[in-house]
Amino acid sequence: MHFLLLFSRQGRLRLQKWFTPTPEREKKKIIRDMTAMVLARKPKTCNFLHWMDLKVVYKRYASLFFCLAIDDQENELLALEILHRYVELLDKYFGNVCELDIIFNFEKAYFILDEFLIGGEVQETSKQTVARCIERLSSLRNSCRRLRL
Amino acid sequence: MSPSVRLQEMIRVIRSARTQGEERGVIQRECAAIRAQFRQADNGGRSHNLAKLLYVHMLGYPAHFGQMECVRLIASPRYNEKRVGYLGAMMLLDENQDASLLITNSIKNDLAHSSQYVQSLALCTLACMGSAEMCRDLAPEIDRLLRASSSYIKKKATLCAVHIVRKVPELGELFTPAARALLAEKNHGVLHGAVILITELCERNAQTLVQFREAVPELVHIMRGLVTSGYSPEHTVAGISDPFLQVRILRLLRILGRNNDTASDAMNDLLAQVATNTDSSKTAGSAVLYETVLTVMDIKSESGLRVLAVNILGRFLLNNDRNIRYISMTSLQKIVSTDHNAVQRHRGTIVDCLKDQDASVKRRALELSLALVSAINIRSMMKELLLFLSTCPPELKSHAASGIFNAAERYSPSQRWHIDTILHVLITAGADVRDETVPNLIQLITNASQLHCYTVHKLYRALVADISQQPLVQVACWCIGEYGDSLLQGDCEETEPIQVTEDDILDALETVLQSHMSSPATRGFALTATMKLTSPRQRGEGGRIRSIVSIYGSCMDVELQQRAVEYNALFKKYDHMRAAVLEKMPVMDRSSMGQTNGESGGGGVQELEPTKPKQPEMMVAPQPASQVGGGEGGGAVFLYIVYYGMVTMDPSVAPAAVTVYDKSGVVLKLSCERPLDASQTITLTATNTSDHDVSSLTLQAAVPKNVQLQMKAPSGDSLPARSSAVVTQTVLLNNPNKVGPGWAGTPG
Repeated sequence: MHFLLLFSRQGRLRLQKWFTPTPEREKKKIIRDMTAMVLARKPKTCNFLHWMDLKVVYKRYASLFFCLAIDDQENELLALEILHRYVELLDKYFGNVCELDIIFNFEKAYFILDEFLIGGEVQETSKQTVARCIERLSSLRNSCRRLRL
Repeated sequence: MSPSVRLQEMIRVIRSARTQGEERGVIQRECAAIRAQFRQADNGGRSHNLAKLLYVHMLGYPAHFGQMECVRLIASPRYNEKRVGYLGAMMLLDENQDASLLITNSIKNDLAHSSQYVQSLALCTLACMGSAEMCRDLAPEIDRLLRASSSYIKKKATLCAVHIVRKVPELGELFTPAARALLAEKNHGVLHGAVILITELCERNAQTLVQFREAVPELVHIMRGLVTSGYSPEHTVAGISDPFLQVRILRLLRILGRNNDTASDAMNDLLAQVATNTDSSKTAGSAVLYETVLTVMDIKSESGLRVLAVNILGRFLLNNDRNIRYISMTSLQKIVSTDHNAVQRHRGTIVDCLKDQDASVKRRALELSLALVSAINIRSMMKELLLFLSTCPPELKSHAASGIFNAAERYSPSQRWHIDTILHVLITAGADVRDETVPNLIQLITNASQLHCYTVHKLYRALVADISQQPLVQVACWCIGEYGDSLLQGDCEETEPIQVTEDDILDALETVLQSHMSSPATRGFALTATMKLTSPRQRGEGGRIRSIVSIYGSCMDVELQQRAVEYNALFKKYDHMRAAVLEKMPVMDRSSMGQTNGESGGGGVQELEPTKPKQPEMMVAPQPASQVGGGEGGGAVFLYIVYYGMVTMDPSVAPAAVTVYDKSGVVLKLSCERPLDASQTITLTATNTSDHDVSSLTLQAAVPKNVQLQMKAPSGDSLPARSSAVVTQTVLLNNPNKVGPGWAGTPG
């Protein structure tokens, strides 16, 4: 995986995770290109695009577009499953997650992502295990905050 | 107020800004405050300040001043601060930043921390942005973590090792033993990471690959367990047990089985089992089946299994889900060259996909259809492709057009069909075809001599209907110029008769000449065609044509002006040559087409001996400045040589001598040597068959501007009588641009 982007229907970025080192200017350009390409797609088209030498897999959930760029050898259908799993995890944590949750709690969205993916690969294939970890970390965070640790 | 609300408060304020300028103002104020806070001593709100900065960074504003704060926070003993610090490091620091090296030590310490959550933070960050330096430093730590500790840490350490191997491949040897041991793990997360690590190691090191081939039975066993296991709440997705792990194992098996018979045999049964038992009604199952198909096609599988795989792809083609149709066509594209017959069976479905709404699916279907065209199905396929061409999105038009041309060239059942197909493409997608199409088509038409009548009728009809497609108009003009007489005759056996008068043709050509849609190249074609109609075989009437042509004598376009002036000269001074100049073009050969920079040699050419159509075309007009008197001292014979067009000579054709002057017993012959590149060597041979000597014989020559002339010294200047001796002179002609001059010259 090369990068994961979340953006709204108006093209505002809500989350960005880069799995390969990219200069700042290039990141901005990629974000612009991705949003333009994905937002231009008509509703009843397939979820795969070609961009440069990468395959781009995208899916729309409510008002957010989830966009993942993968290598040529990777499995696109599995990438769709990965996006879906991440949405499910967000939903489990926030309870009926919506875009506002991700806007106001973006750091938590990152923490959840970091329990699911590491270095561009899935680290835990069991949804329950990841959800349990996130809960544990969340309570740990709260108790640390209370105890000023 | 709890500090976290401050972050959310800031987000709310930023979002409520009504304009871009207002937002910038808010953010500038906040950044200034954050900067000030960073400079202060520890006040308990550091993590929140950094979090605010990270939000601002995501909106696209610069945040580099937060880098040092990340380093400080990572070193903090507090968990929450560490966490935000590491998050900041992953967002703001990458291996290109100098500050990233500063956190190496912190990471090292945290990797040995007592709390596994702190360890996990360090592992995650290293795997995300670790540079080669950092990886080299910390690899031993990671190796240690791979062996000891809980599954929670092991799975993260494994993926961290994957990152290290990608960055520093030599360190792969360090992780190989641990990776092998990890295959025995029961925990799916760790197993998944282990499979990925082994995949990376095998891809980078051939010896490791050989070593891990021994693990194939173990992998097969794990896979079989997954496929046959029942429902498990932990891992089942849509009826498939842990599709993520299954796909990764299949990918590893693909790499291990490639080019190796033993390994491929060991996995044959398993692959068949997966292919038949996996339920593909949902994406998870389809993902596993897809990976299985890719693996089967890549290893040395037995033919039954390959057929099974292609059938799965065929089933995918009929699936309602567009994604699955798309990926099935992608896979079929990969195997169409090796398993052509198997893919042919699904041709009908693929052709139907040409009509799909989705542009990506259409593109895939087009590429596959072009790959599936063969001599047997060419007629039906071409019908579908032409239909597609008329409705396809503009970005695919030129690809489709060139694909159709290639297919037509290779498999056309008849010349007439070929010409019809090309004409159809030009009418539907004329603007998107490549430049070579026009000369290629012209060459095709000249070769199909029995179809000249039919072709010119069709082209005339198309021209009258629509003059906007430039390639079509160019070809039509050329044909009318060449074969206009068959058009005037009116009847043609292969198409309906049409009454066409000379004036109709001239009307059509004039419309082309005057239309603003015509490019200068097209106008050149039309002008030459108009001129050719004056040739006696065309029964052309000079008056109207002459007036059309002379208008362009003052045209702004230099090429057209030159042509018009030269054609006018043909009418005035060289009327006796006009017939010869405007003769029909000879049949062109492919090699000669290629040499003229993709432009055809249009216009009139003197037809030389019919057996040698490929000689350089030369127009020689003998014009004696003074008569050669019999018996008297000679006079100069002034030969006006116009070197016309450079159709490169086919080296296999022997050069022949052409008689260019034959008067009062003096015969002058021209013979051409084999051309080298752009230059030609011509030998002039003069013989005297009369009874009197000719003396003071001189030869002068003139050539057009783009040709260089070099005349060598003649062997003598007197011609003794009765052919007792000859005088020869060598002339070197050099045409560096290999383009014919403007005189009835090359079009376009």
